[in-house]
Amino acid sequence: MPEWLSRRRGSSAPPPDDGALWTKCPKCGEVLYRKDLAANYSVCPRCGYHFRMHAFDRISMIVDSDFVEIGGSVLPGNPLGWSDKRSYEQKLSADREKSQLTEGVVCGFATLSGFPVALGVMDFNFRGGTMGTVVGERLTLLFEAARDRRLPCIVFTASGGARMEEGMLALMQMAKTTAAVARMRNAGNFFCTVLTDPTTGGVSASFAFEADVIVAEARAVIGFAGRRVIEQTIRQKLPENFQTAEFLLEKGHIDMVVERQEIKPTLGRLLDYALGDKHERVDAKVPELNA
Amino acid sequence: MNLIVEREKGLLELEKRIHELRAMSANQPIDLSSEIRALEAKYAEIQRDIFGSMSAWQKVHMARHPSRPTSLDYISQLTAFDELHGDRQFRDDPAIIGGFGKLFGRRIIAIGQQRGRDTKENLLRNFGMVTPEGYRKVARLIELGAHLALPVVTFVDTKGADPGIASEERAQSEAIASCLMALVDARVPVVSAIIGEGGSGGALALALADYVVMLEHSTYSVASPEGCAAILWGDAGKAEEAAARLKLTSEDLRGFGIVDEIVPEPIGGAHRDPATLIERTLRVVDAALARLSGESVEELLEARYRKYRRIGAWQSDTMNAVTARA
Ligand SMILES: [Zn+2]
Repeated sequence: MPEWLSRRRGSSAPPPDDGALWTKCPKCGEVLYRKDLAANYSVCPRCGYHFRMHAFDRISMIVDSDFVEIGGSVLPGNPLGWSDKRSYEQKLSADREKSQLTEGVVCGFATLSGFPVALGVMDFNFRGGTMGTVVGERLTLLFEAARDRRLPCIVFTASGGARMEEGMLALMQMAKTTAAVARMRNAGNFFCTVLTDPTTGGVSASFAFEADVIVAEARAVIGFAGRRVIEQTIRQKLPENFQTAEFLLEKGHIDMVVERQEIKPTLGRLLDYALGDKHERVDAKVPELNA
Repeated sequence: MNLIVEREKGLLELEKRIHELRAMSANQPIDLSSEIRALEAKYAEIQRDIFGSMSAWQKVHMARHPSRPTSLDYISQLTAFDELHGDRQFRDDPAIIGGFGKLFGRRIIAIGQQRGRDTKENLLRNFGMVTPEGYRKVARLIELGAHLALPVVTFVDTKGADPGIASEERAQSEAIASCLMALVDARVPVVSAIIGEGGSGGALALALADYVVMLEHSTYSVASPEGCAAILWGDAGKAEEAAARLKLTSEDLRGFGIVDEIVPEPIGGAHRDPATLIERTLRVVDAALARLSGESVEELLEARYRKYRRIGAWQSDTMNAVTARA
């Protein structure tokens, strides 16, 4: 475990879920030793099922070495005073506990194949990766920082859409992130999104589909409306492959579908095509932080 | 069943009765004025009772009222309008009406989401649920406006973007995202009027504007109350509870800085006096365009960025807590 990661998670970070050493593949039923699974990018060695990844595991899989977080001090409040069976604060606190994250996205600077990048990674474990005001603000800070520092920007999406408990303030994050993406792209920055399972609703209908290059992780579910909503509307079952990454590739919505193991080298090549010698490559160094 | 329609029934009966008595006293030598006054007092009392303080759920029903003025009712009151059709790629979506128009003589691009005013028209217009082709038409017309330096006026009235198989196959997400991008980049003033139901991202795709006006009893929400209840509690039947929690009324949204101006409605709702209400709304839109047209493109784009940049509410130990409304 890299030093920044152990610092983030703490040496006593609990193992995921129930703490068991073994887990079962939900697709093929194979019983897997968690350590082997982690060493295999959380991909089932038998059937290729991609387990959903923790944001920090994803980051450590992608970056060369260091990662410097930005926007981590932006934390959620309860702007609508939302409360149902539990208060919104209680839900947030339960998700903090469960995910070891403070919100649904982690943003910062890193290097990838020697290229300094602005990197954002969403995590489905925190409120289903939903976009509330904190996710929107952290991503906006990331897009602005990428523009100011003339860095390419990569965002891994994983989201059930806009966060209900923050109402219209959540929906407006689609507008806010779009405005920040536009400024970044108009300044000439390269922007790439990697859509992971699942990417839907307000996230897919904003920055996820506003990138220069859109990569999707193999077999990820990607769409605007949720599967259940469509099935209820049309009153029939949808085909198995509907809204999968492979389906979207065939329909022409995304640039490529990539197996998880291949994502890092693919991003390295894309950065090389997009930037070439424009950026001085650095070895295992992240841009200096003033903020 | 629409709650407002149900509650209106008694009022309409009473209205008819008052009308009859008036006609009778005009034609016959009997003095009915005290009866008429009594009925009018009763009428006013019921009206206050129903519309004096409407709950969020009642407003949801008011926003969906079958007689509530639709985009075409506003567009037909422009001094001129010629419709432009199609997305130049696949189809013309009848849930979007758009084209060249004149607002009190001011040349504009007008775009509106159009639900049906009866079952037949609802089938044609897909209940105002826009497909990707519709959003691509919107983006095209916004770009046309920017190209010809014509300000853009949008009328928002939709349950939400169409959630069908075909829409997913033709990239609904990308279509909505392109509308948002077109609005962010538009080098002309954009004013939006939320005239009915503002349903989720499908509504925002037309409403990322420099100035957003909202009718008093319209709603604008992250998801329909039914959808929100289904997502959070697995029970669309709890929509009334969701409506109360979602903060979807014009007052709430003005408080958050998402809506800039509320257009008051006649007592009983927009459909009780559409002519006055539409004129009033168009005047408000025109005044906003007059103000915005005084700004340079750079000022306009900077102000638009700041307007959306600040929307949120969070805690931070390095920044001041921001609760929208700067
Ligand atoms: Zn498996």
